[in-house]
Amino acid sequence: MSVTTTQTMTEAPTFVEAPLDGRVPSGPVETLWERTKFDMKLVNPTNRRRFKVIIVGSGLAGGAAAATLGEQGYNVECYAYQDSPRRAHSVAAQGGINAAKNYRNDGDSIYRLFYDTVKGGDFRSREANVYRLAEVSNAIIDQCVAQGVPFAREYGGMLDNRSFGGAQVARTFYARGQTGQQLLLGAYQALARQIAAGTVKMFNRTEMLDLIVVNGRARGIVVRDMCTGEITPRLADVVVVGTGGYSNAFFLSTNAKGCNGTAIWRAHKRGAYFANPCYTQIHPTCIPPVGEHQSKLTLMSESLRNDGRIWVPKQPGDTRPADQIPENERFYYLEELYPSFGNLSPRDISSRAAKRQVDSGRGVGPLRNGVYLDFADSINRLGQKVIADRYGNLFDMYENITGENAYQTPMRIYPAPHYTMGGLWVDYYLMSNIPGLFVIGEANFSDHGANRLGASALMQGLADGYFVLPSTLPNYIAATKLEKIDENADAVKEAVANVTDITNRLMNTKGTKSVDHYHRELGKIIWDYCGMSRTAEGLEKAIQLIPELEAEFWENVRVTGEAGGINQELEKAGRLVDYFDLGRLMCIDALDRNESCGGHFREEYQTPEGEALRNDEEYTYVAAWEYAGAGEMPLLHKEPLEFETVKLATRSYK
Amino acid sequence: MRLKLRIWRQKNAGAEGKFVDYNLDGVSEDSSFLEMLDLLNGHLIDRNEEPVHFDHDCREGICGMCGMVINGIAHGPKAAITTCQLHMREFKDGDSITIEPWRAQPFPVMKDLIVDRTAFDRIIESGGYISVNTGQAPDASVIAVPKTQADRAMDAAACIGCGACVAACPNGSAMLFTSAKLAHLNSLPQGQTERFDRAVLMVNQMDAEGFGGCTNIGECEAVCPKEISLDFIAMMNLDLLRANVMGKGKR
Repeated sequence: MSVTTTQTMTEAPTFVEAPLDGRVPSGPVETLWERTKFDMKLVNPTNRRRFKVIIVGSGLAGGAAAATLGEQGYNVECYAYQDSPRRAHSVAAQGGINAAKNYRNDGDSIYRLFYDTVKGGDFRSREANVYRLAEVSNAIIDQCVAQGVPFAREYGGMLDNRSFGGAQVARTFYARGQTGQQLLLGAYQALARQIAAGTVKMFNRTEMLDLIVVNGRARGIVVRDMCTGEITPRLADVVVVGTGGYSNAFFLSTNAKGCNGTAIWRAHKRGAYFANPCYTQIHPTCIPPVGEHQSKLTLMSESLRNDGRIWVPKQPGDTRPADQIPENERFYYLEELYPSFGNLSPRDISSRAAKRQVDSGRGVGPLRNGVYLDFADSINRLGQKVIADRYGNLFDMYENITGENAYQTPMRIYPAPHYTMGGLWVDYYLMSNIPGLFVIGEANFSDHGANRLGASALMQGLADGYFVLPSTLPNYIAATKLEKIDENADAVKEAVANVTDITNRLMNTKGTKSVDHYHRELGKIIWDYCGMSRTAEGLEKAIQLIPELEAEFWENVRVTGEAGGINQELEKAGRLVDYFDLGRLMCIDALDRNESCGGHFREEYQTPEGEALRNDEEYTYVAAWEYAGAGEMPLLHKEPLEFETVKLATRSYK
Repeated sequence: MRLKLRIWRQKNAGAEGKFVDYNLDGVSEDSSFLEMLDLLNGHLIDRNEEPVHFDHDCREGICGMCGMVINGIAHGPKAAITTCQLHMREFKDGDSITIEPWRAQPFPVMKDLIVDRTAFDRIIESGGYISVNTGQAPDASVIAVPKTQADRAMDAAACIGCGACVAACPNGSAMLFTSAKLAHLNSLPQGQTERFDRAVLMVNQMDAEGFGGCTNIGECEAVCPKEISLDFIAMMNLDLLRANVMGKGKR
């Protein structure tokens, strides 16, 4: 393996010259998946129950995969930290799910969904994966309707659609403002059916804390029973991780409080490459924070931008209430700067535009930290009832949180961490570089490049869970000779000892500051230096600050209670340990990527208009990082990206 | 604002629980109810005491994880919201607030305000689904669903499985929860094949878990954060009656 030093920094990352192979089969992208399905090996139906598959996570990806593999006849175990699989954070997705049905006859097609997603991802995703995603999108809608997902309908009984950011067609299917909930309930009910049938064993309130790798293959996990505190190994033939993203590294994000990066990070420490950690999505429409007590941020669905107009006062420092600012003194900045897409410009672009307005002193609200999302025009045009029918629950939620009535005064919104495009590196078959470890949904890096389009996360989670993984996982089983292992193997004992050791260290530190104190501090560092805009200087600073904070944490954290039994402080502490390292890797990756693309915006690399400036010559690759030990500089592997079908172009929404 | 809190503390499922009083100062009226508890827990950790344990996750009112009885009302004084969406501006400076876990025999307390709600999962496992394997689905547009029917299904499907209905019911009945799932699936053309079996199987499981029967008190509907209608219970009873006449529910 030959290794070259790249740039001058306090500690420079090294990269491996041999390109990382995504194992994309050759041939035209349009027929790739069909051909691959035929070429893959199968497992005889009567043999399937002999193979044990562990699935970590029960959201759209994990839940759908567990149900589908159970239906196929595999012996499945599914693990989730919540008290029921129905509560996975997929439940919170509001707006909708994309599919290339073209029911509106407005020019949509598989190719257009593919094209929009590649372009939306700022040409940093793998073409073959994105095409497959667009291809299976239609089957997802069919499946969900058959399961009884109550999608919105028109009076004739046909399915309704609306449009989302980054698209000029209406391809988004929705169930009021609760699309994620309804899709998750569909998957949950399919899973419940398999649990009743005995093909899936469900383990609630159980957390994966390590990956067991035997002879180079993933063969199990170490879990902590969150009710008893018991730490045990669970062995299997294949391990699938679908545990979502790592936005909670920021502390304040739209993710559920329990969402965590522990499963993927501990798999990373066992050798799985972590790809594009700096690609994080800051969602433009969230309720701005109000004070120190803030524990999370709340999203207001992107769908609101179908009928809401975004504006700020033209005059910086204008403190008049919204209704006293006349029309000609308002700056509808998205409509003016991006006339073709207007208020439905993609998320990265809309977020940065909002930041620029607030930074220039045009922010609104008591803390001057938001922009207006105004429904007055739509209410005048359509009436309040129509708006209430479309978004009533969101308006109610906004009123509960802010105490303001958005039918009367405009909503105030500001961007917040929401989704992470980065994740564990996987090949075309959704398998990581550790054979036998598959990664699905938000936990992998594969389909969204540097920016995800709205309503595409639900699509990807279900595509992976219902259709892709259930085709590729059997191929691995059929093509691999899996030897018997038992709990006395050294690798198993070592993994259990590792988890026990981390737990003991946390319990025995007995310092003075709470876990949340350190998480807030870490979140502030990452938000300030690796948030919506980044600089080399800031990132270098963060790379220094994070290990200092981590060292202090290990000296001075206080985890109350006992290791046995329910202990929410211990759960949080374990997750935070991984966020320190993951946060550092986010900054290392952001510093190494000397360009701006999608959600990764380096201030040094922008056009005169302030748009992201890519460097295709040098950075058209996936950055996949290999763990090199605690505090060490990770090793960089590069998977070159080739754009054979969609031509590389500057992304414009003007 | 300053509050007097009286909170149920219980070390584990086997331990005896009791109310403990806390004085809490400096609560922002913009904070959520759970953020108020976060503040209390911060102080408890400073005093090296174990924080109050409670289930919570999305804090957006949709996951159904949070839930506590606040001054005798499941999810607190404001209608149609979960505990996490309740904000402190609903209370006054100097208020006394009593906080308890859901209390129902099929929901045993695990620690402090955390209860075990897996009985709900078992009710769904008994029949709360449409039997269709991945890949078996016809095109989504083949069956038209009248908007009113789809809307009614959605009204019922909005249930988040939090368990407030059970906690509020003097009989500890889970009929609102069970009937909401039945109404969701039984309102749709896709759900007709298994309609009557589903009704019998889910009601049987509900009984087996130890939930009580419905006596039309309506407390469940009053506290439901998603405003699930009592009408669904009537729909369930009608389906159950027809199912029994037809001898359904045998698998």
